[in-house]
Amino acid sequence: MNEPTDKSPQALKPLHEWPLWEVFVRSKQGLEHKHCGSLHASDAHHALQLARDVYTRRQEGVSIWVVPSQAITASQPNDKAEFFDPSADKIYRHPTFYAIPDEVGHM
Amino acid sequence: MYTQALDLPDGQAAPAARAAPSDSALQSHFDAKMERDEKVEPRDWMPDHYRKTLVRQISQHAHSEIVGMLPEGNWISRAPSLKRKAILIAKVQDEGGHGLYLYSAAETLGTSRDQMLHALHTGKAKYSSIFNYPTLTWADVGVIGWLVDGAAIMNQIPLCRCSYGPYARAMVRICKEESFHQRQGYESLLVMMQGTDAQKAMVQDAVNRWWWKCLAMFGPPDADSPNSAQSQRWGIKRISNDDLRQSFIDATVPQAQVLGVTLPDPDLKWNEARQHYDHGAIDWDEFWSTVNGNGPCNKERLATRVAAWEEGAWVREAALAHARKQQARALKEAA
Repeated sequence: MNEPTDKSPQALKPLHEWPLWEVFVRSKQGLEHKHCGSLHASDAHHALQLARDVYTRRQEGVSIWVVPSQAITASQPNDKAEFFDPSADKIYRHPTFYAIPDEVGHM
Repeated sequence: MYTQALDLPDGQAAPAARAAPSDSALQSHFDAKMERDEKVEPRDWMPDHYRKTLVRQISQHAHSEIVGMLPEGNWISRAPSLKRKAILIAKVQDEGGHGLYLYSAAETLGTSRDQMLHALHTGKAKYSSIFNYPTLTWADVGVIGWLVDGAAIMNQIPLCRCSYGPYARAMVRICKEESFHQRQGYESLLVMMQGTDAQKAMVQDAVNRWWWKCLAMFGPPDADSPNSAQSQRWGIKRISNDDLRQSFIDATVPQAQVLGVTLPDPDLKWNEARQHYDHGAIDWDEFWSTVNGNGPCNKERLATRVAAWEEGAWVREAALAHARKQQARALKEAA
């Protein structure tokens, strides 16, 4: 994705590329879809067909999702500290916070 | 599949520079990350030079996969049996897939597919020069699987641990598929070596023609690879060219013995003290001449690639036109 200020010759050319899609594959029934890569395709149907050829040539999947890359909103890597910090100081959320007598056994 | 001399300079345009000025705090954060051998992901800050090195290396690697389809694709219509034809089609399709994984990984660094293809088609970007040699006989197809893919596997396994996440993940997928490529090649040679004298001679001839070129695939000797040290510090390159080449030779000599062929190097012998095979001198003049465009097939490969791209233009445009029409129709129906 180019910055709006990008004035390189490439950026000024009309876009001829097929749009970018992110591909998620469910490897077998009972498991979640997992991101496995991206590809260019003209529309959603085309993206599905290409995803099958590119990412599941050896029975790697039983189901595929394709999502336009532009539709994904992501957290900022620079905000990692602030964004995820609140969970770091709540150690009481973890089972290991609680001491239980040994004779209780596994809990 | 096929990487070689991954840090070869080429004239490819660098991706659009990011607006962020070089910030020493960001730089030291990045350096600390490299020290801890942590991964870098697309939206993390990274030094310009790291980004450029990766774009160059990953795109060269992708181009190599795509151009690498040509010498073997040449034999699909002449494969000796339906079984060999099906295997070869699957292998060539894999190479195309590997190119696509790698282009996608490079695109996460801010370059575009069009930019990369433009660099390839105008001759600015390099690809592995092993593909600038002709595939003269059916035995060449087997030898490419055994030796060229074998050399590529040596090169690629350490890349699965590359510091750049998307590249490392693409390499994991690729390495899983490579093993099939090498084994099918070796097995097809085994079959030929049980055949007539003419078939055996054909295998030996192909080995003689490809052996030295495969050794050169690992790139110039360490002493002549100025970019390697930086790439090793950055976790882009894990093992030096010479060490990879040595591992390849050590692994291949016993395979050649089982196959019943000789490797065309009178100086190739086991060194008890080093616990490795010694080998003769590689002709680096020939290597550089091929890298710089004067190999036997450079022009033909590039011309074939450009023609395929140009002849496919109407398909790409028609697909986009169809998508726009469908979208317009859907909007009208919704209104």
